[in-house]
Amino acid sequence: MTKFILGRKGRMSQMYTEAGEVVPVTILEVGPCYVTRVLSVDSDGYDAIQVGYEKTREKVLSKAEVGHCKKAGLEPLRHLRELRLKAPAELAVGAEIKADVFEVGDMVDVVGTTKGRGFAGGIKRYGFGGGPMTHGGMCRRFPGSLGAGSDPGRVFKGKRAPGHYGDARFTMKNLKVVGIDVEHNLLIVKGAVPGASGGLIQVCRAKTAKIKASS
Amino acid sequence: MRCQGQHEEAMDKFSQFEKQWMKDSLPAVEIGDTVDVAVKIQEGGKERIQIFNGTVIARRGRGPAEAITVRRIVQGEGVERVFPLHSPKVESINVVRRGDVRRAKLYYLRDRVGKATRVREKIDAGGKN
Repeated sequence: MTKFILGRKGRMSQMYTEAGEVVPVTILEVGPCYVTRVLSVDSDGYDAIQVGYEKTREKVLSKAEVGHCKKAGLEPLRHLRELRLKAPAELAVGAEIKADVFEVGDMVDVVGTTKGRGFAGGIKRYGFGGGPMTHGGMCRRFPGSLGAGSDPGRVFKGKRAPGHYGDARFTMKNLKVVGIDVEHNLLIVKGAVPGASGGLIQVCRAKTAKIKASS
Repeated sequence: MRCQGQHEEAMDKFSQFEKQWMKDSLPAVEIGDTVDVAVKIQEGGKERIQIFNGTVIARRGRGPAEAITVRRIVQGEGVERVFPLHSPKVESINVVRRGDVRRAKLYYLRDRVGKATRVREKIDAGGKN
């Protein structure tokens, strides 16, 4: 079973275990997705499937994109993503992927785009300690020293400094699937997922999970 | 970007799904009410029910996360407990007495002692019950 689906982040919520413990969960709206292309070692050098999500109007996409979907015998799909496979794909072009590819208890990785934080300082971006707030300290949120003096005589590359933060691809690994609603295309995972509500996400089988879900 | 209508519809879908984590009905608890909250507690493998009696001073959260804060005075010391309304540990909530208050959060009670901590009783509660 190819465990891969595209969707949008719904919102966070909470549920209770029977013992009354609160479990923080994220509700994801996933699929239905369609296989738009099957890539193989022979033709592309690697095995993969390309999956499309969210039907849209032809006008929204370029002619090339519309044609690509048409070739697969599908309506125009807004988002296309590839999943690399280790073995030749089991799914054929046009196959539908719904939330039921996952089971409750599966471990999944969720890829999304984190919230953009603009030009952020070292404290927010890298967790710098900052200067003292009191006792006459005037360097409240400063980045501090950039390095030694005339030896080396330069700032090392990769020195953590203020700059653009967020709005970047991020993978949240090893989230547990705690609920599925195939009818409403919902997938419930324990924990947080990158990005804002409504952001595009990819869900796939956890690559590094200790308890490997049967594939 | 999807249009507004679609998104609202989606939010409603999430709320619908959340209902399965919620109790079917909640007691009509309002701010200022004096309540008996029956809580399940584990005691050495055995489960029993403990009653926590006090005044509802706050209600917060939505959906499955909705919770009330109950305040009571124990041996001269103020004790507050937050009860998630949909938690399976909260067995039942009984309203003992309706309170007549004009605020959504009764945090001012924390600064009061003795007789001043009393909340006026709502006499005309007919419409609410």
